[in-house]
Amino acid sequence: MAGTLRKNWRGHREASQRGTEEPPLIKWLLIGAALSFCVVFLLLPLANVFAQALAKGWAFYWKSLAHPDSRAAIRLTLTVAAISVPLNVVFGLAAAWAIAKFQFRGKSLLITLIDLPFSVSPVVAGLMFLVLFGLQGYLGEWLQDHNLRVIFALPGIVLATVFITFPFVARELIPVMEATGTEQEQAALTLGASGWQTFWHVTLPSVKWGLLYGIILCNARAMGEFGAVSVVSGHITGQTDTMPLRVEKLYNEYNAAGAFAVASLLALLALFTLAIKTFLEWRQSREFARARTAGRG
Amino acid sequence: MSIELRNVSKRFGEVVAVNNVSFAVREGELMALLGPSGGGKTTVLRMIAGLEMPTSGDVLIGGKRVNDVSVQQRNIGFVFQNYALFNNMTVARNIAFGLKIKKWRRADIQARIAELLELFGLQGLESRYPHQLSGGQRQRVAIARALAPKPSVLLLDEPFGAVDAKIRQELREWLVTLHHDLNVTTVFVTHDQEEAMEVANRIVIFSRGNLEQVGSPREVYEQPANEFVARFIGVMNVLEPVVKDGVARVGELEFPAPGQPDGQKLRIGFRPYAVQISSDLTQYRYRAVLRHTFFLGVLLRVELELPSGLIVRARMTKEEYAHQGLEEGCEVSFQIRQYRVLAREEAPLQPEQELPYTPPPILGENI
Repeated sequence: MAGTLRKNWRGHREASQRGTEEPPLIKWLLIGAALSFCVVFLLLPLANVFAQALAKGWAFYWKSLAHPDSRAAIRLTLTVAAISVPLNVVFGLAAAWAIAKFQFRGKSLLITLIDLPFSVSPVVAGLMFLVLFGLQGYLGEWLQDHNLRVIFALPGIVLATVFITFPFVARELIPVMEATGTEQEQAALTLGASGWQTFWHVTLPSVKWGLLYGIILCNARAMGEFGAVSVVSGHITGQTDTMPLRVEKLYNEYNAAGAFAVASLLALLALFTLAIKTFLEWRQSREFARARTAGRG
Repeated sequence: MSIELRNVSKRFGEVVAVNNVSFAVREGELMALLGPSGGGKTTVLRMIAGLEMPTSGDVLIGGKRVNDVSVQQRNIGFVFQNYALFNNMTVARNIAFGLKIKKWRRADIQARIAELLELFGLQGLESRYPHQLSGGQRQRVAIARALAPKPSVLLLDEPFGAVDAKIRQELREWLVTLHHDLNVTTVFVTHDQEEAMEVANRIVIFSRGNLEQVGSPREVYEQPANEFVARFIGVMNVLEPVVKDGVARVGELEFPAPGQPDGQKLRIGFRPYAVQISSDLTQYRYRAVLRHTFFLGVLLRVELELPSGLIVRARMTKEEYAHQGLEEGCEVSFQIRQYRVLAREEAPLQPEQELPYTPPPILGENI
């Protein structure tokens, strides 16, 4: 019994092409498990979003999206992304530059701080802003005296979104910038270029794929953020509801098809992001390979 | 233009990278900054360029103090060790970069690119990207880019460090020719003494941030300022004999030391070429076994082992070696023609001493 088992086992080994490869049975079991997991937990729910959205037909789908409150939510989401993504691009470039190109005390602390939004629960992040800017918060009275609305208004939503999407651009840029080093910039300086010319003609082009990658991830998260925004938005229908908040509200109002219609837009955004992400990763890996061969000399 | 450093020091925190260095590069000269890694030579080059600021002292280019002049305004061409070509630009755009920054007219830029492509043998490569070039081509593009805006001085950091041995030799010869044609004041950094000797008009030797010697290749080889230079430029045998009765002895070797007290330790240095070898055991004073032969091309280096275990390195031509019928393991006689008494590493060296020919002892006599 044991002998035949061993013989079978060896037979499988011979059938596989390389010595390090698993026997085909195990290989296919692993691939099958991974695939079915993806189908059950990723693909089916995604398909279901579109199925549910169209459950009552195209006409209802369009009507749900065209509803003034839905349109307001879409507009607000786009506005929030349009403000917070550029802010984080500027911040991400500055932080990545500082970390990749300079040596200074507290550098590891800065890297840890950049990651903070990843490790803090979004709801806690939202509460932090509530404590700071809310009516009962530290700055609440002063803000009210000057007639400034932060919480339950656009500024609060933008603040929460900027906080949550803080790490994306910086995290993508740091390794790219570290890989390119500072010599190209120094070369530009010796050729007479100013700091700004160097940044524009040398630094930015060398990190463009990494930067774009960071931007689309940042944008996807900015549009999809729920927890932090939910705390600071106040859920005022037609005013401070972003798309994710609108989805939740419609669903709670037993309008499943309407909720899924808005949700399908977010799902499309996700698919679009995924496609660009794949393309950019491919471009970037090519660029990296180039940089490596160029560096080797 | 000429370059001058006056009492220049550079500290990075507690570390003294360059310690009170002064030297001058004449207009049109090809100068090597030579030293072991960590010697401060790259820091000196970067201070000339304006990429580092001296902690104290003055840097002068063309007789003008440039300490307060930014790197952009110094009008230097700098070639980085790994070339630092702009990866996202073609060869032509790399070369044009400095010209565009300096706002040259479009037609002038095109003319200059064409001129440099021809001078550097890069025709047909102008629309390639750096990753599509060989190591040697990349280096030529880097030098072309640095020279394009007609800098007053050309600075190169380890220009031959990143290419393989064969191309390195070609590039050395090519750099000498280029310098001869353009006659632009050129300073390059290297840790390879052979490279410095072959390429440069004059050499500045650094060690641990200190300037050890400035001189032509011949001067630093034949009249090294101190033991460090003597040992860094070429091979030197260094022995530590002890004086007894006016003679310094180590193993079988003896050096005259008149007037020196007994028990005094001396440091003796001699070059491999000062050792004469013969297969005739009766010709020279000392006897040894030829342990190893290293083929260096035209010349051979041989290692002699004396009966006491002392090792002496010598040098001879291939013809002489063959003529004498030498081979590893055979017994030879030898003598040392010139030597120096060395002091501490940084102290100045004393002039070379001649040793008179001493006939070998009669065989069988105990010495």
